[in-house]
Parts: sequence; structure tokens; C-alpha cells
Amino acid sequence: MGEMLRYLALDGTSVKDWSTVMSSAYLLKLYQHMVLVRLYDKKAIALQRTGQLGTYPSHLGAEAIGIGTGAALEDHDTLIPYYRDMPVQWMRGVSMTHNLLYWGGDERGSDFPSLSGDFPFCVPIATQCTHAVGVATAMKLRHQRSAVLVNLGDGATSKGDFSESINLAGVWQLPVVFVINNNQWAISVPRKLQSAALTLIDKAKGAGIPGVSVDGNDVIAVYDSVKEALQRARRGLGATVIEMHSYRLSDHTTADDASRYRPEEELKAAWQAEPLLRLKQYLINARLWTDSKQHEWEQSCGRVIEDAVAQYHATMPQAPESAFDHLYAELPQELHQQRDALIQKAMRMEADNDG
Amino acid sequence: MSLLEAVNMALDYEMSRDPNVVVLGEDVAENGGVFRATQGLKQKFGFKRVMDTPLAEAMIGGVAVGMAAQGLRPVAEFQFQGFVFPAMEHIVCHAARLRNRTRGRLSCPLVYRAPFGGGIHAPEHHSESVEALFAHTPGLQVVIPSSPQRAYGLLLAAIRSNDPVMFFEPKRIYRTVKSSVENNGLALPLGQSFVLKAGRDITLVTWGALVVEAMQAATQMADQGIDIEVIDLASIKPIDMATILQSLRKTGRLLVVHEAVKTCGVGAELLARVAEEGMCLLKAPPVRLTGFDTVMPYAKNEAYNLISVGDIVEKSAQLMEDW
Ligand SMILES: Cc1ncc(C[n+]2csc(CCOP(=O)(O)OP(=O)(O)O)c2C)c(N)n1
Repeated sequence: MGEMLRYLALDGTSVKDWSTVMSSAYLLKLYQHMVLVRLYDKKAIALQRTGQLGTYPSHLGAEAIGIGTGAALEDHDTLIPYYRDMPVQWMRGVSMTHNLLYWGGDERGSDFPSLSGDFPFCVPIATQCTHAVGVATAMKLRHQRSAVLVNLGDGATSKGDFSESINLAGVWQLPVVFVINNNQWAISVPRKLQSAALTLIDKAKGAGIPGVSVDGNDVIAVYDSVKEALQRARRGLGATVIEMHSYRLSDHTTADDASRYRPEEELKAAWQAEPLLRLKQYLINARLWTDSKQHEWEQSCGRVIEDAVAQYHATMPQAPESAFDHLYAELPQELHQQRDALIQKAMRMEADNDG
Repeated sequence: MSLLEAVNMALDYEMSRDPNVVVLGEDVAENGGVFRATQGLKQKFGFKRVMDTPLAEAMIGGVAVGMAAQGLRPVAEFQFQGFVFPAMEHIVCHAARLRNRTRGRLSCPLVYRAPFGGGIHAPEHHSESVEALFAHTPGLQVVIPSSPQRAYGLLLAAIRSNDPVMFFEPKRIYRTVKSSVENNGLALPLGQSFVLKAGRDITLVTWGALVVEAMQAATQMADQGIDIEVIDLASIKPIDMATILQSLRKTGRLLVVHEAVKTCGVGAELLARVAEEGMCLLKAPPVRLTGFDTVMPYAKNEAYNLISVGDIVEKSAQLMEDW
């Protein structure tokens, strides 16, 4: 795997000086966010299991990547996420309620307030890479001192969209950072069946841009590497590919059963390296955190999450005809009739349900 | 047996019979496909014939073309119809044209399979029905089974066909529609429709999951004394006009029902053909009941976009009343 950026060892001891990267207080904040999104994830799965949410992709094991990346972004940067990116979106100010709406099957989940035109979740694999390069091109043409961050999985690096995007980013020296969440699996297909390349950043070489290998379970390393790549981008020095080595601790989504294809021992080993454990250990050793603080924090996280869930449940349903209302800037005349027909149909369905 | 099991059985049968048949796609081997359509095939036929590919549909689409040109019979799975788009170039520019372009020297005996359609509360891009996009492409055949028996027979025919077939499986009825299927290796003809219920008043043409609602509506209408003939189109391309026209000779009324959006849908083609070839058979203007011209809504509002038994009953009652 070569050199991999890491600051905290698995037992929570520092293996590299990070005093210039962030303060302890800030690290503690990041930890708290990581705990929060992990508890949220658990809740979301519970909601799915009880029929209150649709198919949901867990981010269990990806908390350091999400929170570290989100923390490194500045408001004027643009985030182009993929579907597993609730934690990054959370750091960008997107509410849990929006995430619940999205996975609950409500289009308004992508209608969140955003500082700089962040994109919605991207479901078709790797296509977001091309959009990121487009946004970066616009920034460059306008001489903006901003950068784009795009997230993708290890499987996504197999698609042409990724290769074509990093290629253009290299040729045009674009202000874009590609963050690969290498969680070792693309549904049932393991990393080694995805590419014969030794590491995924080897692909960056072909595009003529730097690649950085990072322990994706170490939030300091994530934050540091992303921050530096974003700064490079904003300074006009071009794109970076970052491979975050991590592990998908959950099923692919709630529709998947990973026990069918994933060795139990491998999962067990991965839990030893998960992102919260070592950080908690470090914070406790540094007397910044205690078990009772953990308990209190979890309680308050629970309240935040419950509030979001309550808001989700209390959200008035979208009007059925809203399917037409955002199709075009102005609905073509010929579609008005269809829109009326949909309203009538919906009224009939509601009457049937009442009756 | 479910429709899904019938797909699996047809693959198994044909792989046993013909060593040139290979299966490839994302998650098809170890995991047996995300819907389990290819379950057990890797264990039986090995990795050389059941291949997990990297995540790249353009590659899957194109690799199948190359394999087929060498005389293999690849059956490539796209995980969902919404993810066929990266492979469009290979399907439209190459698979569909290789025979024509080489004046018959090379051909593409391959099948592209994909689950499609709404009604399972899936995330975005998982619920659309875009069969018309493929029916619009010369050189392709488009097949949609609506029962386990037809899934089995049509998939065998698709694999044995010497030209490329888009084989779309209505996932809403993957597990819900069941019937017994004999594993006899008998293919059903491509390019032929199936009359599921004879009737005298209305010719109802549909395909895929909606066959279920169509049959229920026909039963309900029968109580009101209206006799609907239900035709499962099954082959979207080529279209079996003979069966439809023959039915219209009896009924004089055409109702086409499809889940896909209305504009430039397959229904439009059917109505146009009937206008061209069977205008004089009609007692009433031919009508369509289709999805709206909208993006398929996410799960919460999906039901408004799907066609219910009630919708079909209402539309056919109207067709009778008006004419
Ligand atoms: C173009 C496309 N093909 C297939 C799918 C179905 N699919 C959804 S997620 C996934 C695996 C993605 O793996 P990876 O890129 O490693 O990201 P991860 O989910 O592991 O974070 C697949 C095949 C899709 N969404 N888009």
C-alpha cells in the first residue's frame, strides 16, 4: 500500500505530530460529530426496518471520512457528494431531516439550503466526477478562489466517468479534489476484483495529478490531507486524488446481506481499526473525554436525532402534482392537462383510502 | 415458481445445454445478483462462465459485443434498467449494428438483462420504464416477460436468438407472480404476443407487471358485462400486429396500458400502427393509459404514477360508454 498518512495508531497513541493540523478542542468537536452521525445511522436503519424509511445506505465505518472531509471544506467550496455522504452533508449544514426525507422517498430531501450550490446525492455511480470537473472549470474560468470536492467509492473508480474526469482535471489543472472512500467493497465485489492496480491512486498517475494515500479511519489524517489538497486547488495548483483506506462495516444498503459474500474474520478485523474507537481512546488518555461525558453526549445526540425524526414525520406530504412542478422552469402547456389528471387521480385515491 | 426463479432456471438450462453461454455483470457471481437471478450459477458453472465484472456498464455492454462476435452467447446483467445508460453507446452504436455493418459477416448473439419498472419503493433511478428507448433502435429486439412461464420460454429464445435482445424483467412481480414452469427447454417465440383472456368488447394490450392489474380489471369488468380481451405484448420489438388486429376485428376498441411515460412511448407506436393498418376495424378512437410525462416520483409519491386496477376499470368503462 506504500506510505499512508496516519496520525493516530489503532491503540489511540499519536504516531505523528499533528499539533499544527488542529487543536485538541477541535479534534474533540470532530469526535462528537462522528458519534452523532454514527447514532443517526443506527436510527436510520431502525427506521428502515420498521417501514418508516426506504432503502438506506449505512455510513458505518465512514464517519472519519465524512466528518473530516466536511470540516476541511470552506463555505465557498462546492461539495459533489455520492449517496453515502450524509456525514459530509451534515458538516455542510444539511439537516438530518433532509436526509430522512431523501431516503424516505421525498424529493425535498435534496432541496436543502446551501451556501455554494452543493450538489444533491448522486446515485448513478461515478457520474458525479464529471459534474465536479465542470463546476471546477466554471470556478477556474471565473478566477474564483474556491475548490470542488467530489466523493466516490472504490467501485466507482472502475468507471470511465472517473478516468475521464481525472484526466481532464489534470489537463486543465482544475481546482478539484477527488476523495475515494475505499471501503474495500462495491456491493459484493471486493477491491481486488475491481482493479489490478496496487493502489487506486496509481490511477492518478496516468492522469498526471498527485495521489495521496490516507488512513480513512483517522479523522486527523483525513482532515489534513483534504485541507491541503483543497488549498492546492484554490491556489491554482490543480487537482488531487485522495484514497481513503477504510472499511464498510455494514451491509451495502438495507437491501443487502453482506454475510452472503463477506468473510466474518475480515469484518472482525476491520472493527479493530474503526474510526471512533482509537479516537475515543486518545481523547480519554489525553483527559479530554470520559465515559460519563460520552454517556451525556450520546444522550444529547439522541435528542437531536429524535427531533429530526419527529420533524420528518411531521413534514406535510408533497402534493402529488409536485411531480410536474419542478420539471421545467415553466410547465409546457400540453402538460397542464396531465397535471390536472394527476390531481384528479390523487383525489380519487384519497377518497378510496378514506372510504 | 416465481418469475425470478424462472429466469434462473432458464439460465441454468441453457448454460448446461450450450457451453458458449456465459453470464457477466456486477455482483452476478458470488452474490448471485442483487435480486438473486443468477444465484447458484457460479457454484455450478464456475467463474469462467459466471463473471463478476468491475463496476462499469460501458465496459459490460461493449465486452459482450466482443464476446458475441467470437461466437459466445453472453447474457449480461445490468443491475437496474436505470444503469443501462452508460452502455447505450455500445448497445446502440455497436451491438445493434454489427451484423448490418459487416453485411452479415459478424453478429451479436447476446442478451442484455435488466430489472425495470416501479412499485418496489426503490431509490431514484431504480423505477423507470424506458423500453421505448430501445424499441426505437433498429437492430435490437426488446422482450418483456410477465409470468414465470413466459420468462422461462422467452429468455431461452432470447439467448438462442442470433441477434441482440434487450430482456427487461418487471421487478415488481419478480416474486409475487407465481406459476408452475416445466424445465423442458422449450423456447417461446420472439415477436409474438400472447392472448391471456379472450373477450368481445375491448382489446387491452399491455406488458410487464401491469398484466396483473389488467387481468384483475378484466375480471371486474366482466361482472359489469363488459368482456375485455387481454393481450400481453411480450415482444416490444418486433411488434406482433397480427394478434392485435385480429382481436380488434372482434372488439373494435383498443386500450393500451403501460407504465412508461406517455410521450413517444410504445403506446404511441401501437396506436399509430392501428390507425395505419386497422382504422376500419375501430368503433372508437384508440386510447392509452400510461404513466405521466414526469420523472418517476420517489417512493412517497410513486403510487400516484402507477396504474391501478381502478384506473383501467375506469378507462375501459369510459371507452364503452363513449362509443
Ligand atoms: C451506474 C450504476 N451502476 C450500478 C449501480 C448499482 N450500485 C449501487 S451502489 C453500487 C456499488 C458501489 O460501490 P462503491 O463505488 O465502492 O461505493 P460504496 O457503495 O461501496 O461506498 C452499485 C453497483 C449504480 N447505482 N449506478
